[in-house]
Amino acid sequence: MKRLPVLLASLLALALLLAGCAPAKESITVYNWEDYICPEALDLFTEETGIQVNYVRFTTNEEMYIKLARGGASYDVAFPSDYMIERMITNDMLLPLDHEKLPNFSNTSAWLQDPDYDPGSKYSAPYMWGTVGILYNTKMTGGPIDSWEAMWDEKYQRNVLMMDSVRDSLGVTLCSLGYDLNTRALTELEQARDKLIRQRESGVLLAYGVDEIKDKMANNEAALGLVWSGDAITSIDINPDLAYCVPKEGSNIWADGMVIPKTSKNPDGAIRFIDFMMRPEIAAMNSEYIGYSTPNDAALALLDDDLVSDPTFNPSPEVIARCSFFHDVADVADLYDRIWVEVTAN
Amino acid sequence: MNRKYLAAPFSLWMALFTIVPILLVAVYAFTDAGGTFTLENFSKVLDPLYLGVLLRSVGMALLCTLICLVIGYPAAYFLAKKEIDPRGALVLLFILPMWMNFLLRTYAWLALLESNGLITSTLNRLLTLLGAEGEVRLLYSYGAVLMGMVYNYLPFMVLPLYTVLSKIDPRVVEAAQDLGAGRAQVLSRVVLPLSLPGVASGVTMVFMPAVTTFVISRLLGGAQFKLFGDLIEQQFLFTGDWNLGSAMSLIMMALLLLSMGLMKGFGDKEERGQDA
Repeated sequence: MKRLPVLLASLLALALLLAGCAPAKESITVYNWEDYICPEALDLFTEETGIQVNYVRFTTNEEMYIKLARGGASYDVAFPSDYMIERMITNDMLLPLDHEKLPNFSNTSAWLQDPDYDPGSKYSAPYMWGTVGILYNTKMTGGPIDSWEAMWDEKYQRNVLMMDSVRDSLGVTLCSLGYDLNTRALTELEQARDKLIRQRESGVLLAYGVDEIKDKMANNEAALGLVWSGDAITSIDINPDLAYCVPKEGSNIWADGMVIPKTSKNPDGAIRFIDFMMRPEIAAMNSEYIGYSTPNDAALALLDDDLVSDPTFNPSPEVIARCSFFHDVADVADLYDRIWVEVTAN
Repeated sequence: MNRKYLAAPFSLWMALFTIVPILLVAVYAFTDAGGTFTLENFSKVLDPLYLGVLLRSVGMALLCTLICLVIGYPAAYFLAKKEIDPRGALVLLFILPMWMNFLLRTYAWLALLESNGLITSTLNRLLTLLGAEGEVRLLYSYGAVLMGMVYNYLPFMVLPLYTVLSKIDPRVVEAAQDLGAGRAQVLSRVVLPLSLPGVASGVTMVFMPAVTTFVISRLLGGAQFKLFGDLIEQQFLFTGDWNLGSAMSLIMMALLLLSMGLMKGFGDKEERGQDA
């Protein structure tokens, strides 16, 4: 969606990189999601440390992975999600983090200090986290929603938006069937595939989207949409008729971490950057700016009470308990790919 | 005087940025992830699942080309007939949208066609006035994708047609009229045959981008009507299977080459006919 701006930004970053080569000023290259940091935080970092930040953006984990794996550019800090961190660890692409240089890591919430995608946070420090759930228009549904089955309810003709991403859409369908969202079992995957095809054929599905789902929901274009919690907060801000739920059958919970790729040219600068981002006031600033939950307990104390008490932003331990992280399924990638073609191209 | 060396920068450019990449695509297509020779990528593409998508992409592209021709020919004819002054301005109107990136224009259609968007809501209000039941939804359908394609590629049809039509010597038309041809006869026996080279290049110029379309189908079709271009993109950006993606691209290129060859033969024959 935002590929062109990303391309332009990359070119600009490249130009800046080349231009900046002449006098040897210390710098790091940071590779982060589109629109995923408070710009002021970058300025503060440079002000304090004198390290220039070349900031480059990506839109999907896969895009970031391919850029890093195929070489070419060198990045000092990247922001992959859970399952991608796992894949990068498996493929030996990351430098272990020196926790002695990360005094602010102790601010991290206990349940994220030892995530199952990176035991002991050896290679990654959590940056943001959130859930996947249903954003719904209370005026159109006439009441609260608590189950994935609502997204298959035939009273919502052409009113359901799903994500154009096989992991997310198939994952929640697996949850709705009571299966593990990381399954490799063919029969379970095929049942989920058929359920997604049924969603199209019964006329419930309006479209698969990514960035546009939150805008469509805010514009009353659909009754239900599959979204990330942070997007839900943005949309609810614009349109108070909207509400968000993490269905009772369970869902996906995700975390984006900060990692140092092996190709980094300035790992010392990189670890200073990561620790800086984990300072309570910086983490609070970023969380407030982008609307996703911070894994930083000390930052939570600095945030607005309204935000902290919002279950979309800060879900209860029970909600967290019924959700699971994605794990890497690269070994069956062609199976997932084929299922997605069968669902979206027939 | 031999000035072939003037073409050297262009040749170098072509070699570096066209021929070398195509060779790389070919290498990827015929190898597996480990780099050993294989034909497996092609047998995967020949799967009915992918072939079905390819056929549908070709069908959509042909339909899009036909619609562009039907809309574009009269438009180009009208533009070419206009006497001098407003002509430049009208041609400019056709080219003007091309100054803006096609992605932005497609996003604009996304807003226009959604249920609360200008076009759909106006249409629905009109239908209610006329006593029709129910509500029309335009976005996220095959029709929306086709419309997006026609809108984006129409200028590629109009411009070559306009160029050819405006170069037809008016005396030829006058001669036909003097010899007693009616308006329909002038059109079908003189203007139409003389404009066929323009038709051929217009058809090629529209068909090529139409058959490789990818973003339009995702945005206006809501990613439910994926075309072959979308599948290629998916292989490169999401699945990361560059070998399969390359095999798909190569098949697409072969198809384009074939259709270009057909159109070229068609155009050449016409030109020879003209000389005779």
